Amino acid sequence: MTTVANVHEDTDSPFALSHLDSLESEAVHIFREVAGEFERPVVLFSGGKDSIVMLHLALKAFAPAPVPFSLLHVDTGHNFPEVIEYRDRTVEKYGLRLHVASVQDYIDRGVLKERPDGTRNPLQTVPLTEAIQEHRFDAVFGGGRRDEEKARAKERVFSLRDEFSQWDPRRQRPELWQLYNGRHAPGEHVRVFPLSNWTELDVWQYIEREGIELPQIYFAHEREVFSRNGMWLTAGEWGGPKDTEPVEKRLIRYRTVGDMSCTGAVDSDATTLQAVIAEIAASRLTERGATRADDKLSEAAMEDRKREGYF
Amino acid sequence: MSTTSEQLADLSATTLLRFATAGSVDDGKSTLVGRLLHDSKSVLADQLEAVEAASLSRGQDAPDLALLTDGLRAEREQGITIDVAYRYFATPRRRFILADTPGHVQYTRNMVTGASTAELAVVLVDARNGVVEQTRRHAAVAALLRVPHVVLAVNKMDLVDYAEPVFAAIAEEFTTYASELGVPEITAIPISALAGDNVVEPSANMDWYGGPTVLEHLETVPVSHDLTACHARFPVQYVIRPQTAEHPDYRGYAGQIAAGAFRVGEPVTVLPSGRTSTITAIDALGESVDIAWAPQSVTIRLADDIDISRGDLIAPAGDAPATTQDVVATVCHVADQPLAVGQRVLLKHTTRTVKAIVKDIPSRLTLDDLSQHPAPGQLVANDIGRVVVRTAEPLALDTYADSRRTGSFLLIDPADGTTLAAGMAGDAFAAATAPAAPQDDEGWDF
Repeated sequence: MTTVANVHEDTDSPFALSHLDSLESEAVHIFREVAGEFERPVVLFSGGKDSIVMLHLALKAFAPAPVPFSLLHVDTGHNFPEVIEYRDRTVEKYGLRLHVASVQDYIDRGVLKERPDGTRNPLQTVPLTEAIQEHRFDAVFGGGRRDEEKARAKERVFSLRDEFSQWDPRRQRPELWQLYNGRHAPGEHVRVFPLSNWTELDVWQYIEREGIELPQIYFAHEREVFSRNGMWLTAGEWGGPKDTEPVEKRLIRYRTVGDMSCTGAVDSDATTLQAVIAEIAASRLTERGATRADDKLSEAAMEDRKREGYF
Repeated sequence: MSTTSEQLADLSATTLLRFATAGSVDDGKSTLVGRLLHDSKSVLADQLEAVEAASLSRGQDAPDLALLTDGLRAEREQGITIDVAYRYFATPRRRFILADTPGHVQYTRNMVTGASTAELAVVLVDARNGVVEQTRRHAAVAALLRVPHVVLAVNKMDLVDYAEPVFAAIAEEFTTYASELGVPEITAIPISALAGDNVVEPSANMDWYGGPTVLEHLETVPVSHDLTACHARFPVQYVIRPQTAEHPDYRGYAGQIAAGAFRVGEPVTVLPSGRTSTITAIDALGESVDIAWAPQSVTIRLADDIDISRGDLIAPAGDAPATTQDVVATVCHVADQPLAVGQRVLLKHTTRTVKAIVKDIPSRLTLDDLSQHPAPGQLVANDIGRVVVRTAEPLALDTYADSRRTGSFLLIDPADGTTLAAGMAGDAFAAATAPAAPQDDEGWDF
């Protein structure tokens, strides 16, 4: 749907695009650039809202042909069942091919060790990197946005990674106009972020405009949760709660979807998209600040993880 | 803060403005950016808390808003901005993408990067110092990159007693200089970023100024113009051929319109082959439309089954660019390794990448005073120079003055893929525009 923004006819010509159309057009352009220049692209798909929007954009970019990429899910093993059900249904619906890199497998094989705090987000880097190498993926789409975190604010749309998936912020290529340079040596790959210029609010507004279905955990529901580090976490087999952490039933929703052990819920009564959008527009906390324990570790937590090959 | 449904409806229908800020910490750029973000309520509580904590731990008493944008560890440790930071904020009237470019390190390269996609550039000067060498360099980069709107923010007006003559003299000097470089529209605004005068709220200290605040200007500056008057250009990104039972014969050319508008029924020429056909359909991401314009991503279908692939350009039959293998351009060198005469490179223009050789580097340009240095032999990081490049295949190249999108290109090192230089085809600067009338009541005009 193309909507001409006609909010200020005194200054904007009839050709001005609405901000959602501008962002959509930019993201579609990025998908098509990758399809045109890379051999084996893959879309990281977690069933979270950003990856769902990415997939929606990819479907639109190549219609009426199928999406010319497969999907990759790095599965921490600490999943919300609603999200896995959504993932599988989506893959089936669009006839997509899904690869799963399982953190649990790595732990079972003794390659990775469970952390004392039970958090598995930092453990995703090795399975991700090995899946990229095994399938020889040369372009890996991620749903990262620059508004999420200050290290991400500095990353390019086309972000070159070495054979260990490492990001070197000092060696980034300047990105000019809409000319993306995806050249890379054998063994290297490029992480591509089509939603770089989107904000959390843009994502939600786009979901509403396009009528995109989301897993139910994004909407207010009653759930048994307990408090840790000021966040509401879902009780589960992953290792929570401890004896000193009382469980209670609360009306909550999730702003982000990740590993259950470090993704917190927020108190909310927003049961519809409109209510969610109103809540976000009025929120005084960023989504990562409100819900991600892994980013609270240090000022450079995200930068350090990205350097090591994280999303 | 409560949000009404009308406000939300507004939020979903706003336009998008990409702009860049140029200036150094000494000019108060970080304070200005911080204030725009803070006063438009785009800095959220946890971000401000983090900045306050980090500032305290460094022994600063006030929150250092530069920490909001300095995202890398090295930047925080050294207290400098290394790289372009992109910031996002919104008002009920518009969504903004701000490319915040550092003042010192890799200055030219970063400002060129930030300005390449910007529709507006904010140049800051310190009211006490007026137009200095760095200001002229900022104006030159904005002119070179053909940023359509330039704002001169004369900062620290509080330190010159909010005196109109100080502002008027700086505004006139800058406007004259930038106009000579061909900057089409210049708006001068007297501000104090620290005190908040004329950034978001109008100043009570400068009754003599009748123009907009910085934010008001950002909210109302036109982001688009009459695209039917431009040369229409459509670089083909990807050919969509489903070959399914449902769509056995579908063949669509996917791309983002780089300039102008295309209509169904319009005769077109495909370059470089020169073959012609007619547009039979335009699919705008799931919706069939009769007309589409830049920068929409669409799929175009043609009446004739002609050989078209990625890298080709579709243009109106009567308005196709000439193809050429000899590119004369201004480049900004952005890599640490130099660019030398005789060097073999790759040239990436729209969706086409071709082999090329640097035939000549006739001159290097000093941005401070616009002096030309003939035959430098090579260009190094942050140099601006003229180059002559011979390509292995013909390119459908416009001048950068005609089209920022189809007149720009990258030079790439074929050995390691490094982006060496950013190129703009044709003359470096536009012919001088008549200097705008001195600051009048409105303070700006279109």
